[in-house]
Parts: sequence; structure tokens; C-alpha cells
Amino acid sequence: MVQIPLLERLEILADAAKYDASCASSGSVKRNSVGGKGLGSTDRGMGICHAYAPDGRCISLLKLLLTNHCVFDCHYCINRKSSNVKRARFTPQEVADLTLTFYRRNYIEGLFLSSGIIKDASHTMELLIETARILREDNDFRGYIHLKTIPEAESELVARAGLYADRVSINVELPTDAGLKRLAPDKNRVQIEGAMGDLGRAIVEAKDARKRFRHAPRFAPAGQSTQMIVGADGANDSDIIKRASGLYGTHNLRRVYYSSFSPIPDASAVLPLKRPPLIREHRLYQSDWLMRFYGYNAGEIAQAADDDGNLPLDIDPKLAWALKFRERFPVDVNRSAREDLLRVPGLGVRGVNQIIAARRQRGLRLDDVAKLTVSVTKIRPFICTVDWRPSLLTDRADLRKLLSRPEKQLELFA
Amino acid sequence: MSGSQVTDKIEYHRVVIHDLQDFDHWRDLARQAIQSDISPERISWEENGATGDLFGSVATRLPSPTSNRPVRANKRYMDLARRAFLHSDPRRFGTLYKVLWRLQSEPRLMEDRTDGDIRMMDEWARHVRRDIHKMRAFLRFRVVDEAQGENRFVAWFEPSHHIVRANARFFVERFAAMNWSILTPGGSLLWDGQMLQEGPPARREDAPQGDAAEDLWRSYYASIFNPSRLKIGAMLREMPRKYWKNMPEAALIPDLIAGAQAREARMVTEGAGRVGKRPDTLTGIAEGIAACRDCPIGGLGTCAVMGEGNQNAVLMIVGEQPGDQEEMAGRPFIGPAGQLLNEYLREAGIVREKAYCTNAVKHFKFAQRGKRRIHQTPTAKEVDACRWWLESERALIRPKISVALGASAARSFLGRTVNVARERSQALTLDDGSELWITTHPSYLLRLDGAAKAEQRRAFAHDLSVIAGRIAALCHAV
Repeated sequence: MVQIPLLERLEILADAAKYDASCASSGSVKRNSVGGKGLGSTDRGMGICHAYAPDGRCISLLKLLLTNHCVFDCHYCINRKSSNVKRARFTPQEVADLTLTFYRRNYIEGLFLSSGIIKDASHTMELLIETARILREDNDFRGYIHLKTIPEAESELVARAGLYADRVSINVELPTDAGLKRLAPDKNRVQIEGAMGDLGRAIVEAKDARKRFRHAPRFAPAGQSTQMIVGADGANDSDIIKRASGLYGTHNLRRVYYSSFSPIPDASAVLPLKRPPLIREHRLYQSDWLMRFYGYNAGEIAQAADDDGNLPLDIDPKLAWALKFRERFPVDVNRSAREDLLRVPGLGVRGVNQIIAARRQRGLRLDDVAKLTVSVTKIRPFICTVDWRPSLLTDRADLRKLLSRPEKQLELFA
Repeated sequence: MSGSQVTDKIEYHRVVIHDLQDFDHWRDLARQAIQSDISPERISWEENGATGDLFGSVATRLPSPTSNRPVRANKRYMDLARRAFLHSDPRRFGTLYKVLWRLQSEPRLMEDRTDGDIRMMDEWARHVRRDIHKMRAFLRFRVVDEAQGENRFVAWFEPSHHIVRANARFFVERFAAMNWSILTPGGSLLWDGQMLQEGPPARREDAPQGDAAEDLWRSYYASIFNPSRLKIGAMLREMPRKYWKNMPEAALIPDLIAGAQAREARMVTEGAGRVGKRPDTLTGIAEGIAACRDCPIGGLGTCAVMGEGNQNAVLMIVGEQPGDQEEMAGRPFIGPAGQLLNEYLREAGIVREKAYCTNAVKHFKFAQRGKRRIHQTPTAKEVDACRWWLESERALIRPKISVALGASAARSFLGRTVNVARERSQALTLDDGSELWITTHPSYLLRLDGAAKAEQRRAFAHDLSVIAGRIAALCHAV
């Protein structure tokens, strides 16, 4: 067989990998290359986005598929068996070399490697692990590695992946069982969640071991994440949020990513042709944020949804919740507890922290609040200060209209 | 370094800062000034080389401290000031000094984020942090060959603030085993694997102009971009245009954006398939398929082959596509596979003339090998494109039982990939309530040898006999 040139294979296999939303290189341990023979460093805190594509997404990791050959036939996936896409494959050595070439020029933070299933799940998993091994052992690479693990592979292999990778992930793919059955006939939920459970336990055990033995090996120090596809099946936003919340709870996930189903070339006939509006994915991320940093639970997010179980698209979920529970407002910025301040639409974690610090000095006036926030007009109906009470504003029937931004021409790009 | 002069009995002071990245030196001067009780209005801080000073020639040098009293500065102040100091705003030193001055009498000042000075410092510190972060992100090394076969990685970067030294440690830790240089208009850093040196300001021409890996990187950048989700604003917010000129991949952006909308529009129309009214006669369908160019097979210059048989048939037999002989004769199932099928139908007691026979794909897909036309399996997409015609035929014939021979035929009924071995020999119910039976294509039987051949032929015969039974049962019931 004639080998396709490297450049072309890179195009094919990067193109195939772009439907994975995650590109995060954050949350690992602090590590650097001083005193080693290789290169690379990671930070405990935030990762670095080395470029942004015109789709607004960060390019932090070299995101590749080892191969886009696949024996599975998941309808939403461009690499499914029955798809007409051009196929290509890399050897583990080639991927490792590309990673190092890019890393040395400061293009990337590391590697995000996934793969179509060739031969069988375990064989594929072995190739993924071999790539990570070449990087870590042969080249002393200390940058970030994210391995997508294959739930159908032997659990011993999944465990080995965690020893090389900073983060491991398994995609749950679809928020409902019915969706999974219909669109991903070769996958099943029990197996996916079982593998996630195994990974979760391995992560916790390794953390525990580190506490007692200084030289215990690290296992996926940046934890595990997953991805759900939005808009390919009938699940509404409440279903999705509840599922995500369940996953955060049971498997101790670092992140759940939501990926708007986007029309893929050579789509399968059972899929909707048009993608859901991008703003829907954005609203889901906002709710995810509310759950992780603002103390909302999944039930409360569901309360913010409209009757069809979907979050309103014209206003953000926090505002939607506040409009439904107006009796909880106004909140007194000078007296109220942190949890209550965090519920004020338009006030972020940073703003709340600054208000709490500043109010220890003196009673805050509306002007002061205006200085600490982006838009005081948006917050005004929900707070009182020394010199401001919203009186009737909070109860106005057309408050939603007053606060929602005029319909932006988002659909221009749809 | 500093000067002072007496005017109307009030002393004004002027301090020139030479090293814009040396916060500790500034801190020493500021401490000295506070110990000398110099209020913020009476001191002017200037950058080395900056023109026009506030007090003209009336300013004097900084005196030796008059007292030894401690100068108060909490950790919050130090953290913020250390960052804000690196900002390029000419007012930075003055503001930092003013806040330090105020801190002596207002110890909790730093907590008041509504205060104008604090907010200013906060904002500068934020800009500096962002600049530091963006330098780590957007700096690009290019390789130069040096003597002794060693590579040196050289980067040209233009920071907005005075952050190069503050960032040095990051690059040392990350690229410890590499030799690298970072050149900027304000100075450079050189690392040889052992020691870090600061060098003089550099020009863009001093850096290499290209790198062999940049083609790979550019094609990666173009491929990882998803054209169906254009969000230009989000990109610009995080990667403003000012950085683009030093990033090899940024030259692609305008074209990627321009192409994106066109690409998605095309994808949606291509996927949409045929719509509109279905023909209401078989002749109408025959004319339709002859002219159909919905998939590439239609463009191969062959004749379409229409289905044939009983128009009121109970049984509809669907194959994959016409073969070489079928295409020439314009009739389905007359080649070797068709003859084999006839044999088995007879054996099972099914009268072919009573049934309606057709194909999932109406044109012959082939590859020319010399004089021979070699059969090529239609792709899923091509089968899906032709589905509309098979559905039109089904709508007219309305068979009670359909038999799909092979995976392509099964796909055209079910719209999904079918595993024949798994789904054969059982009735599936179609949307209109009729039965679908899936079995192998007779051409498969022709390709087999030995034990597999015997076994598959037996299974095929078995399927047909079961189907014959169902036909008898259904006809009897009517």
C-alpha cells in the first residue's frame, strides 16, 4: 500500500479529532524539565492556549487520532465504519515525534490522543499507551498528555494509561440510554460507566497512596473528564444537566464537556441535518459553571428551564432562575451571605469576593457596586445598597425583556 | 539618579528609573522617600529617556532618609505592586508611590477595591499578568543550525509591557535541555542549557524568518478548525490582532473564515438529498432514475436499470446494483448472480415472475480494467442517495414482503448499516407495516469455496424457504 505523506495524514487525523471539545491542559501537577534530558513543564493551575482557531476554540494540545479507521458505527461520528471519509493512520513513533517537534517550538502544551477502533479495543488501547510511553520514557517528555481511553478495552490497559497520562477521559457520548442505543449501537452505558468507575477508583487510590508513600506513582493527576453530544438525540437541557450532575457526583469528574452536534460530511440518515444553535451549548456550559462554582444543584438549573425542559436561549440560566424566583430578591449587598450574592445575575465570583472585602470597610453605595461589576444596570433590579432599593423594578412583568440583550444575529453564521 | 531643588520653600524631587523591570530597586527608593516624608505631590518618577518632567529643572535629588521608621506595606500591596510595576503606563510609579504613601495612614486600603488608585493598580497588574501569559502562549521558536551540529531555538516577541525578565523562569523550566534565545525590542534572553544571560534589545531581522515545521503546524491549525462553528469574536478576544504578525499560523485566518460559511452551506445542501413529489407511475420512476445525477455513479455514463416484474407483487426482491450484463441488457438479475438466484427461488417454490425485482442502486458502479468493467461496491452515501427511488417504487408496488439481498439493499430499507449475519433469517417490520427479510446476496455465494460455500448456500436456501412459507401464509390470509 502506498503510504500517504505525513502532512496529508496530519490533515486527515487532525480533522477527524476536531469533534472532541476538550483541549484543556490544566489541573495537573507542577512539573518541569530542569535537570532532565527532555523537555516540558506543566502547572498546577491553568493551562496555556497557544492559539485560537476562528471557531473561538483554544488550541492547547496537539489533538490527533492515531487512526480514523473504526470498526464501530456510531451515527454522529464522522469516522464511523460506514462513513466515506478518507482513512489514514499514524504509528505511535510518528505521533510522538510530531508532539516533540511542535512542543519545542512552543506551539503546544502537549498531546491529546484518541483513536478509532482498529482490530479490537484492547489492541487500539495498547497503541495509545505505546505513544505515551515513547514520549515519557524514551524522550523524558514532561508536558501534558491526555489519553482518550476506550471503555471496551481491558481494564488493566486502562489502568496503564493513567500512569503516563495527566488526564484520561471516556466519552459518555449521549445523555440518554435511548439515544446511545439508537445512535451508537456498538456502545453501551453499563460498560462506559463501569470503565469510568474503574478509572475514578484508580485515581482516588493513587492519590491516597501518594499521601503515605512519597514515591507512589502518580495516576492521571489531572483527573478524568467526559463529553456529551448535544442536539443529536431528543434529550432536553434538563436531562443533560441532570446526567452531568450525576457524573460529577458518582465518578468525581473534573469536567463534562458539551459538544454541539455539528453537521458532518457524509452524515448518517438518522441524524438531524442542521445543528442546534451554538448558543445552546453555551447555555449548558453556563449551567455547568453554576453547578461547579455558584452552588446551584441540577434541580435548580432544571427549574430555570422552560416548559419543554430546555434553557431559554435569549437569557442566561442564572438570570432565568432569578426571574422565576423573584421572591429571593432583592439581595442586600451589605448584609447578605455569600451564597445569596452569588445568585445575583451579573455578579461573578470575583465581583462577590470584592464586594465582601469592600463592605468590611464601609457601607456600599450603588456607585461602588458599579465599579466592581461589568454592568450595574443588569444587577440593579436584584440588589439593594445603602442608597438604592429596586422597589417595583424586581416585580415588573417585562423585566425579562428589559434585561435580555436584543436578539443578536447569531444565526447569520448558522 | 535622583535630584531635588527648593522652590518657594517646598522641595520637589525627581527620580529616574533606569531598569524598568527591577521592582526591588524601585521599592528601596520608595522606602527612602517615605522615610524622608516626601508626599506624592512632591515627587516625580520618570523612565530613563522619557522626555518632559513634571517640575522642569526645579526638582532636586532624593535626600538621605531623615528617619529610620519602618515603612508599612502589606503582602497584598507587594503582590499587586510587583506586577503593576511592569506595566508600560507612564503613571505607574507615581500611583504605586501614592498608594504606598496612603497605606501608612490607611492600613486597610488594599481591601477597598472601589478605591480609584487600587482599581488602577489592580487593572495594571491584570494587564501585566495577561501579557505574561500571552507571551508564554504566542511566542514561537524557530530553529537555527549552529556550529557543532547543535540546534538553537530563536524567538522574536513583542510584549506590551516590561515582562521579559519576569517570564524567563518559565521558559528555562520548560525548555531546560534546549539552547534558546528570546529576542524582544526591550532586551533579550539567552539560555545555553546551563546559564541564563540577558542581552541587548533586538530587531525582528535578528530572528530567523522561517522554520521547516511551520508547514505542518499550519496544516494542523487549518484542520483542527471546525468551519461549522465560526466564532470570530471569541477568537479575537483571546488572540488580538497585535499578536498575529509573529505567529506563523495567523496568516491563514482570513481565508479560513471566508471559506467556512460556504463550506457549511454546501454540507447541508449535499446532505439534504432529493425532495419533492414522488413519481406516480413506474414509468415516471424509470425516467427519473435515467436522469438522476444525485451521486457520482450517475455520472459514469451508464444506463440506469429499472426494476421489473409484477406490479401488484406481494414479494419485492432487492439486490445491490446492476452488474455488467444487467447494465447492457437494461434488466435486473440476469447475470451469473441472477441465474443463481433463479435456481434457489425455483427450489424454494417462489415464482420470480410473480415478484417484483429491483436494486438498491440503479446505476452500475465499476472500475475499468482493460476491457473489463469490474464491479465496485456502492458507498453508504451512494446507497442513501438512491434510497429515494426505492422508496418511490415501494410506494407504488406496496409489497407485503420485501427481501433485501446483502448489506447495501438492507441499508436502503433501514437507513443504517446492517450486519447481515446478525439480522438475517428474521422478519423486521418496516414503517408501512410490511415485512423485511434480510439475507445474503447470491453473488456472495459465488465467491465462496469449500465448507463455507456449502454452509452459506444451505443458509440461503433456508432463508428463501422460510420466506416462501411467509408468502404462502400471507396470500392465504387475504
